[in-house]
Amino acid sequence: MNDEVATFVGPAIEWFSVSPIVVLLGGALLLLLVGSLTPQWRRGGYGLASAVIALTSTVLLVLLWRDISSSGPKLLIGGALALDHFAVLASIAICSAVVLVSLVTSDYLASENADSPEIYALYLTAAIGGIVMAASNDLVVLFLGLETLSLSLYLLAASNRKRTESQEAGLKYFILGGFASAFFLYGVALTYGTTGSTRLVDINLALNSYITVPRNDTLLLVGVGLMLIGFAFKVSLVPFQAWTPDVYQGSPTPVTAFMASVGKVAALVALVRVFVTAFPARADDWGPVVRVLSALTLIVGSVVAIIQVDVKRMLAYSSISHAGFILVGLEVSSHRSSPNVGDGLIAIGVYVALYAALVVGTFSVVTVVAQNTNDGATSLDAFKGLGKRKPLLALGMTVLLLAQAGVPLTSGFVAKFGIIQAAVAVGSYGLAVIAMVCAVIAAFVYLRIMVSMWSSEAMTTEPFKVSFFSAISIAIAVVVTLVIGVLPSLLLDLTSNLPQLASK
Amino acid sequence: MISANTEVLNFPILTMLVILPVIGSIVVALLGKSRPEWMKLSALISSVTTAALSLWLLGVFKSGEAGFQFVSQHEWISQWGISWHLGVDGISLFLVVLTGILFPLVIVGIDPHHDETSYFAWMLLLQAGVMGSFLSLDLFLFFVMFEIVLVPMYFLIAGWGYDQRIYAALKFFLYTMAGSAFMLVGIIATVVLAHRDLGIVTFDLVKIAEGANFSTTAGRWLFLSFAIAFAVKVPLFPFHTWLPDAHTQAPTGGSVILAGVLLKMGTYGFLRFGVYLFPQAAMWARPAIFTLAVIGIIYGAIAATMQRDLKRLVAYSSVAHLGFIVLGTFALSSQAVTGAVMQMVNHGVSTGALFLLVGMIYERRHTREISELRGIQHVAPIFAGVFTVVMLSSVGLPGLNGFVGEFLILIGSFGPARWWTVVATVGVVLAALYLLWAYQRVFHGEPDEANSSFKEITIREGLLMSVFVAIIVVSGIYPKPVLDRIEPSVAALISHVEGQTK
Repeated sequence: MNDEVATFVGPAIEWFSVSPIVVLLGGALLLLLVGSLTPQWRRGGYGLASAVIALTSTVLLVLLWRDISSSGPKLLIGGALALDHFAVLASIAICSAVVLVSLVTSDYLASENADSPEIYALYLTAAIGGIVMAASNDLVVLFLGLETLSLSLYLLAASNRKRTESQEAGLKYFILGGFASAFFLYGVALTYGTTGSTRLVDINLALNSYITVPRNDTLLLVGVGLMLIGFAFKVSLVPFQAWTPDVYQGSPTPVTAFMASVGKVAALVALVRVFVTAFPARADDWGPVVRVLSALTLIVGSVVAIIQVDVKRMLAYSSISHAGFILVGLEVSSHRSSPNVGDGLIAIGVYVALYAALVVGTFSVVTVVAQNTNDGATSLDAFKGLGKRKPLLALGMTVLLLAQAGVPLTSGFVAKFGIIQAAVAVGSYGLAVIAMVCAVIAAFVYLRIMVSMWSSEAMTTEPFKVSFFSAISIAIAVVVTLVIGVLPSLLLDLTSNLPQLASK
Repeated sequence: MISANTEVLNFPILTMLVILPVIGSIVVALLGKSRPEWMKLSALISSVTTAALSLWLLGVFKSGEAGFQFVSQHEWISQWGISWHLGVDGISLFLVVLTGILFPLVIVGIDPHHDETSYFAWMLLLQAGVMGSFLSLDLFLFFVMFEIVLVPMYFLIAGWGYDQRIYAALKFFLYTMAGSAFMLVGIIATVVLAHRDLGIVTFDLVKIAEGANFSTTAGRWLFLSFAIAFAVKVPLFPFHTWLPDAHTQAPTGGSVILAGVLLKMGTYGFLRFGVYLFPQAAMWARPAIFTLAVIGIIYGAIAATMQRDLKRLVAYSSVAHLGFIVLGTFALSSQAVTGAVMQMVNHGVSTGALFLLVGMIYERRHTREISELRGIQHVAPIFAGVFTVVMLSSVGLPGLNGFVGEFLILIGSFGPARWWTVVATVGVVLAALYLLWAYQRVFHGEPDEANSSFKEITIREGLLMSVFVAIIVVSGIYPKPVLDRIEPSVAALISHVEGQTK
């Protein structure tokens, strides 16, 4: 034992490969430090700084992407992190979301007279957690990422000190999220107990040899099940979704945008990686469970959305139904004997990347609309007459909503098409049909918002203000939605290597 | 059915037919605020140029050839085997021309009354979508066009319709989208299954139809997934309930387009995709579809007879007429299918014209209740005359266009679907009943005070209607040029079906 300690050599760290995380961490600390030592910055200063930091990280990620294209995926830091296209694509989506959300938040906080660097620092830390989750090749590292992300999110949800709803959302999220983390950790422990490793790649190796040497199966299955429950809480799969509408509604709207994009993308990608990398040998066991979960999530998410009257709650349920859609991709990955099994990962990658832009754009519009009501309300009534008062903003929102509904020539259709194609290619016809029918049911919700915007008279005649940064961020989301919708090849060209997850 | 005539024209005429309205729509949207008068002009120019292009297409189209002409194919999403693939043959030719000329007539002829910019922009986008649906030879492209049409139509109904417009627009959108949800899964499954036979992933309609061999069960499921989408669009009984609402609540221009070309996307889809891709399954499904079509004919006619609202009456008459078209389509004899294709165009012209006339009545009287209208013939004889011609075309009077199509359908269907045809023929009589009875109540008798000031047809309306009347009369008396262009493509399709089902 003593010998081992004496000869302990830390793993080699490929600094360039982890540079996006380092930039985010350094940026967050610097922003916090400088921000607290200097007097209040000019309007938009903090938000812009945060956006620049996240943008730098995005650029580094793009460089990494090209590296992987030429030299292939690999494991970093002694197998703790995986560096492959799947992780980098998710990380790019996360960082881009941070850029857009920072811009919107800056306008939001300025209008509340509460602009301060803490929120942005928390965004950046949460993004670190997200990237670590998306790239982790080790269950313990994954847990670290999960907690970094979750703790930041709890604080963010409760960050509006003037509104009790925000406090309530933070507390609710904290308690339920803590529960979920406990489930997850217990699952990790049991898995470690049966396989002797927390590294995803090694778990897979252990399980493959394990088939010939039968051991205690129950422990492993319980472990996997508990991990799945933990994930299901985090990505709000039915029946673990109950917290989502309350937390989404109570949190400040830009934070909701952040949760729905970064939080969801990170957790979904991590979930997919764990099951595809560590437990492919058990695909016959988790495949059916994922099938049922995704069908339930799709159905409940889209049906319950219909009866909501608050736009944020509607979008919360719609994000649940989107998660169900993405889960269909995971179900595809459980069909290991099919030659098209890789399509599932491609479809998931494309979906999460496009979904992140879409959901940030949509919630940004909601933020702007809520700023222009007296009490910051986000009921359907707040959207009445938007088409008359701000036609361009209403048009942008219309594009985003149509994309969420999956209408062709928008990115939402490309994303849904990929998932359905993958599902059909492996023969999951039933799930594909359920997903499409749910997409139609969900479309009703988006149409209701559109009807409010275009067909009703405004409740007030007060001037409607759209701040500059918010406008930029919404415009970027709309442009991405349309460009990828019309020319999906731009994105699809890049995705052929997504199924090659790092394994050594 | 591989292409002919590709090299004759280097000008990408079909692509232009789709792109031009899109450009027009963007220009309209951009000019709307700053230059309202230019905005109208650009809407006009864009739609008239599209009409001219479509008429030119009619002129240079080689009659007597069965294959697709003016085919243009460009890679679009190569990863998924999807291309921008357009082509026209005898089956789609007249629908394309109808789309080309109906839109400028609507744009010139009918005032939206408010928010003109967005009205024209949506109209032109709608035209692009409809054109694309009729021209697509790629399953993905077709789906995109088929689905994108919902958006402008939704906004047209919701923005410029009557009292219940929001409800009607929602119902229209969701019904049609629900239908296409199944089709999307069906399209992807078709491509995945065809992959085995073809060795490549492609959404190319012709390649799949000619090269793929679906098992009986798979073919049936796939056919059904397409059939649901088309049955909703047509609409076939019992999927028709969205139609009377959408028609009644839509603005006049919307109704004209809806009846004129939008519904045809369903019947055209049955022929181009359902029957062409899955001939065996189509044969298998025939009895059920015949039955639904005939129920639609009788039910539509009876329901039309009972209506008190003139526009709703015309809407139900559409259900009946489209029943005939579906009957002819699935009879799969050369005569019946030719008749069905011809009737798609005829119904577009005559029902479109009827909706225009009902719209004019509403403009004058602000009601469509039949009981409120009386004796219009006395105060507006020319208007009544035009109404008579259009109505008789819809009834199917010999010498007018409606007769040719309906007659061919009934003759051609008698062999393959005898008893269904017998019942369907009753529908012809009922059509005369509900339309003539409505005419009698609205136009005959002595006008009461409110109706005595009914304004005679204006010059603008007269010019508009004269185009419709001209088409009705000319293609009724001399349908040969039309039939010459339709028949070869239909014959090729029928022989394809026969080859596959033997």
